Amino acid sequence: MTNKLVFENLKHRPVRTLLSSLAVGVQVTMILTLVGISHGMLEDQAQRARGMGADISIRPPGSSAIGLSGNFDERILPFVARQPHVALATGVLIAPTGPLTSITGLDFPAFARMSGRFRFLEGRAIQNPGELIVDEYYAREHKLHPGSQVTLLGRAWTVCGVFEQGKLARIIAPLDVLQRLTANSGKLSIIWVKLDDPARTNEVIDSLKRAGLADYQIWSMEELVSQMTPNSIPVLRTFTAVVIGLGVVIGFLVVFLSMYTAVLERTREIGILKALGASPGFIVGILLRETALLAVIGTFAGIALTYGSRWLIMNLVPGSLTQTIVPGWWPIAGAIALAGSLLGAVYPGLKAARQDAIEALAYD
Amino acid sequence: MTDSPIISVRDLRKIYHAGDVDVHALRGLDFDIRRGEFVSVIGPSGSGKSTLFHILGGLTPPSAGSIVLDGNDLVRMSDAGRTRLRKKTVGFVFQKYNLLPTLTALGNIEIARYIAGERGPVGPEFERLIDLLGIRSRLNHKPRSLSGGEQQRVAIARALVNRPAIVLADEPTGNLDTENSMAVLSVLRDLNKRLGQTILMITHNPEAAAYGDRVIHMRDGRIEPPGLAV
Ligand SMILES: Nc1ncnc2c1ncn2[C@@H]1O[C@H](COP(=O)(O)OP(=O)(O)OP(=O)(O)O)[C@@H](O)[C@H]1O
Ligand SMILES: [Mg+2]
Repeated sequence: MTNKLVFENLKHRPVRTLLSSLAVGVQVTMILTLVGISHGMLEDQAQRARGMGADISIRPPGSSAIGLSGNFDERILPFVARQPHVALATGVLIAPTGPLTSITGLDFPAFARMSGRFRFLEGRAIQNPGELIVDEYYAREHKLHPGSQVTLLGRAWTVCGVFEQGKLARIIAPLDVLQRLTANSGKLSIIWVKLDDPARTNEVIDSLKRAGLADYQIWSMEELVSQMTPNSIPVLRTFTAVVIGLGVVIGFLVVFLSMYTAVLERTREIGILKALGASPGFIVGILLRETALLAVIGTFAGIALTYGSRWLIMNLVPGSLTQTIVPGWWPIAGAIALAGSLLGAVYPGLKAARQDAIEALAYD
Repeated sequence: MTDSPIISVRDLRKIYHAGDVDVHALRGLDFDIRRGEFVSVIGPSGSGKSTLFHILGGLTPPSAGSIVLDGNDLVRMSDAGRTRLRKKTVGFVFQKYNLLPTLTALGNIEIARYIAGERGPVGPEFERLIDLLGIRSRLNHKPRSLSGGEQQRVAIARALVNRPAIVLADEPTGNLDTENSMAVLSVLRDLNKRLGQTILMITHNPEAAAYGDRVIHMRDGRIEPPGLAV
């Protein structure tokens, strides 16, 4: 019976119901999209790292799985290549071009031996110094085709090929060209190592450290990939917490306002219920159920909107952002929305419960 | 037991504190109502009629005096006790019908049962009541598509559905035309005669008051002529 009243109340003011649950939905989408992007970007990075086909990655001291701290001398490369069980070693240079993008410089012959050749969807491999290749996502985002001109790092490049995504990076130029252009001659950002026997990975890592690379971050591919999760990035954790906090505030305010006006509007109805013997708890219970229903509708709307935001991202900026759907976060985002909404219903609920029945019945 | 009054009021006083001024709405009432009586309360505006009903119905506590209603001492009653009183012991009928606009006529009646804690199906008495009120064909309509007279009859069904000891009707015909007024008044008299329902009805209209077994006249927060009205 109370459910019927709750349902009829929501139906009675469809615009209020729609807007309130939409606002809760936006809150849920904000959280889920951020989480989806965090997961998506890192999973994508992990997938591209795996696509390298290496067993070990060597990064400069102080680096993390997703951030490099400076470059190092390329003379380490032949030293690493000479170590026992090292089948191949190749170095790359990474030059950031924006907060989320960078150009990767490759030694193409060595790279091809380690990871196989690029599969070109359009165009061909690099033949001249002023050329670079981009992956399909970057090409789609920036509408690039073979022959397109792009300006990166202060100079014009010609795109000569578009390759199938999943190979290490999105924008790739020859290593020596990039080294010269960025005043990094003789420097590398990462060395990728392939072993003759992957089972010896830990053994080789230990011996590399003993051989003088103790300060370097040397990780097996599993270690590297396992660090590419949102939880291992403190900034992302803080950012997520901030967005959740904002979401709770939005949900709280919207539901507060919505329920507050509902209580004002229903002054007489609350008086009627009291005259029929409804306790303050009964009145508050109705408002809380109504709020919970708004939050549930909003959560479903928010989840649906997440698919919309993913579609937008994958169609508009696939080269910069990747968003995955993370169902594990659906109940969390729903619980957050519910908590914010119920918090917003507390004051209106108390106001309704305290309302004087006689005054309410005299009210027009 | 049947001879003891269902309502017994002695020296009932009510003072409202509106800002700095004290409004003496009731200045010492004494009266008894017997079980099964239909009593009309008549008096000029501001004489305290509604205040008396609000106290009898447990919507507000009295300031002084004693009231025993169906064995309950209202003066010593807590907020929760008065809430319980409203569930089961009294049924209100208002001038402005006061139906919940979002529920159907039946929904309005059902929610009163629900609040009173009744969960089972309605009994045959309820069916009889619906027929007596002539609202069977209107049960699935929302209040806004019912006439004033129909709304008031639904409100009467709602007031009676929990079989209260007394029905308090505050100007039940105040918003109705003559024809609908007469229909509602004869329904109240039928309920009183056929089901033995005790009814107190406020009215401004002497003709309406004549439907009751007896009339209590109020003026300035007192019953006149002075003395115990029985
Ligand atoms: N909540 C309140 N606060 C202050 N004064 C009140 C309150 N309710 C009623 N009064 C005052 O108490 C007196 C009696 O009011 P009451 O409503 O009981 O009169 P009534 O006989 O029902 O009048 P009417 O015929 O106009 O309905 C009036 O002077 C009124 O102004
Ligand atoms: Mg009145």
